[in-house]
Amino acid sequence: MVTLTSPALLDNLRVKLADSYKPDRPCVTVCGGTGCRVYGSEKVWEAFRKELATQKVDAKLSMDVKVTGCHGFCEKGPLVVIRPQGVFYARVKIEDVPEIVSETILGGKLIDRLVYSDPQSGEKIAHEEDVPFYKNQYRLILNLNGDLDPLQIDEYIARGGYGSLEKVLTQMSPDAVIAEIKASGLRGRGGAGFSTGIKWELCQKNVKKTGKGYIVCNADEGDPGAYMDRSIMEGNPHRVIEGMAIGAFAMGVHQGYVYIRNEYPLAVKHLRYAIDQARAYNLLGKDILGSGYEFDIAIKLGSGAFVCGEETALIASIEGRVGEPRPRPPYPAESGLWGKPTNINNVKSWASVPIIIDKGAAWYAGIGTENSKGTMIFSIVGKINNTGLVEVPMGITLRKLIYDIGGGIPNGKKIKAAQLGGPSGGCLPAEHLDVPIDYASLTELGAIMGSGGLVIADEDTCMVDFARYFMHFTQEESCGKCVPCRIGTKAMLSTLERICAGDGQPGDIDYLLELAETIKSSSLCALGQTAPNPVLTTLRYFRDEYEAHINEKRCPARVCKGLITYSIIPEKCEGCMVCLRNCTSSAISGEKQKPHAIDPKMCSRCGVCINLCKFDAITVN
Amino acid sequence: MIHLTIDDRPIEVPEGRSLLEACRENGIAIPTLCYHPALEPYGACRLCVVELSQAGRKPRLVASCVYPCEEGAVVSTNSEMVQRSRRITAELILAGSYDTPEVLALGKELGVTEIRFKLPEENACVLCGLCVRTCSEIVGVSAISVIQRGISKKVSTPFQVKSSRCIGCGTCVLICPTGAFKFESVTGFQYVSPSQSSYRLGYYRLGGELDLHPTYEQDITALLANPKEGE
Repeated sequence: MVTLTSPALLDNLRVKLADSYKPDRPCVTVCGGTGCRVYGSEKVWEAFRKELATQKVDAKLSMDVKVTGCHGFCEKGPLVVIRPQGVFYARVKIEDVPEIVSETILGGKLIDRLVYSDPQSGEKIAHEEDVPFYKNQYRLILNLNGDLDPLQIDEYIARGGYGSLEKVLTQMSPDAVIAEIKASGLRGRGGAGFSTGIKWELCQKNVKKTGKGYIVCNADEGDPGAYMDRSIMEGNPHRVIEGMAIGAFAMGVHQGYVYIRNEYPLAVKHLRYAIDQARAYNLLGKDILGSGYEFDIAIKLGSGAFVCGEETALIASIEGRVGEPRPRPPYPAESGLWGKPTNINNVKSWASVPIIIDKGAAWYAGIGTENSKGTMIFSIVGKINNTGLVEVPMGITLRKLIYDIGGGIPNGKKIKAAQLGGPSGGCLPAEHLDVPIDYASLTELGAIMGSGGLVIADEDTCMVDFARYFMHFTQEESCGKCVPCRIGTKAMLSTLERICAGDGQPGDIDYLLELAETIKSSSLCALGQTAPNPVLTTLRYFRDEYEAHINEKRCPARVCKGLITYSIIPEKCEGCMVCLRNCTSSAISGEKQKPHAIDPKMCSRCGVCINLCKFDAITVN
Repeated sequence: MIHLTIDDRPIEVPEGRSLLEACRENGIAIPTLCYHPALEPYGACRLCVVELSQAGRKPRLVASCVYPCEEGAVVSTNSEMVQRSRRITAELILAGSYDTPEVLALGKELGVTEIRFKLPEENACVLCGLCVRTCSEIVGVSAISVIQRGISKKVSTPFQVKSSRCIGCGTCVLICPTGAFKFESVTGFQYVSPSQSSYRLGYYRLGGELDLHPTYEQDITALLANPKEGE
């Protein structure tokens, strides 16, 4: 590897690499994100490598197998895209590989059973760019995720990577960089949504005063169902590094940290590898591109405490202390790591920086709404057809997100609510689906943008149980330092558990509201201050469900086990014995070809029978 | 000097004072449990919350032990919002310490009339962290720390075995406001009690004035000078 001692050398290298990394060079890209790996994509790309050799594809065309980062369409993994045509195959198995090579790659024909069919229209769609899931997105941060080999810094450079860092070092002053970020309107993507530019400016001012400071990339992503930060680091780690280097230059900082969860082994591996490559090219180090600017990044591994995503707890954890938050002020911009001014930004915020510098603040500010600029990445999970990561401009409606991109609700069910912002967020009922998603409108409705977690609930979801789930999460993850969060969340959870078990009492709703108010207003950190939100929003929009549980001992969605009974409709039962044989608690009795019966005392309400019955003979009351 | 208004009274304090210090210096009572003037404020018990109004922001609760006095701040130490929050917080502390006399007394003072939620096990430890901070900040030993998290959090030694670093000074026992600290779980030393139940309660009493035992400092100094080795 050459040491890039001047910007000109980087330009030369980019020109030299352009040929070998043409975007349209033929290759089979296989998604190597964690999701697709779980579906077995590793075996798929090995099979492709073997099969390309066996069928002597080389003799006809030069064809590579490229393992990329997460494409985002995790529902359909393992994903394979054949370039340059962009043929898109979903759920590819090893057995499909020889046929793909002979038919599609060599024969130029589509294989019908592997072609994606749209769950809403039933239409078959052959090319990646036409799939509604991708077509309706606006991918700025994730744009190269399905395209780059994350282990190849050269490919990133060939696509213009590190050009923004070069621009900053050669043409811009630190103040100009901060002015640019401010003008872009970028707001912190980690949850609080504070202006990134103003945060940088504060930190820069304090670094000037004290002569030392740090920047941190907060990669302690922990919301249930959210994994966009992981995908960015797995799929395009250099963009995060480049963003941090630009920020370091702007704030006058020479050391950065990435605080990343140890539960993200692939992201850690790719990031480590990327940092080493950047160092080898002199894009990190003592004299970046010969500019005299020094900056390096170290990785700190978190050990699985959700609270360490809170910035003061994160600082404590990096310093080797117990991962507990401390009261602010002083804010980290004044006194952070080892008492020095520290700027902490989320992975998505850092990854947005090179794009803003490259395209300009005005261009970036043209995306989104009045008070929320740029794009936001959501991870759509729950009762949705197209589970995955989507990047959309701010201001898009939930309806577009859920139906046009997410493909709607499976099995023709109706949507009941969408939980935005993870366990700190709130749920919005179906009637608010047309509200444009931006910071202000979500706050008004009781939800938050948060880190982009989006959990969909359909008509079969019990909202009390839903709130109980999130409260269980925050209660487990409370660090336990302050009283309202440690004991208050436990008190709320116990109350919700009682309500779900059928032991709700009059006054429980008032008690929940009273607790929620105190926990929100008096907890030490944002974990506690936002923990009651799922309960508060479900109480605001679905109070009738709570009342049905408490007053009528009835779970309208038929979910809460303490409030439902399973029974067999004798007229429909054919006496096939399937439910009887599979009952997990031996609660079903009966003889062949005679109607069976369920003993409610023994029944554990696991639902196995209802799933197995072919005659719809089992009902839940 | 910083000028602010507390409970409708104009107050002047030197820069760097916390709201709690400003209140106590001016005879305004604030209940606390995890605060001690000799230690860094911790902000954990949330009993010292006061209502802070600042221009352009909605009135909000802040923990007075850690919140600095700011020019022009308007503070209310006894508003309805403050009282409600303290009452609920005290009720929550009682959820785990419902048989502990000091905590029961505190709850009574703050208007708790019933305990609507109880944890399965009574524990006199309220996790105020005074013992841990004393051991680290005053004694300089750090033989104990908090371990685990959330509802399982507790004070313990590394790996939950008796500490070889403990010098047996007993400051942790002395400073514990509820008598929860189990000296024998930490160390092989034997604790010689200077009959100090009257040390307790002083830290959170609503009287405003700190109510320390007169011999408190001498006792700690004496203990630090002569750690007694147990048989």
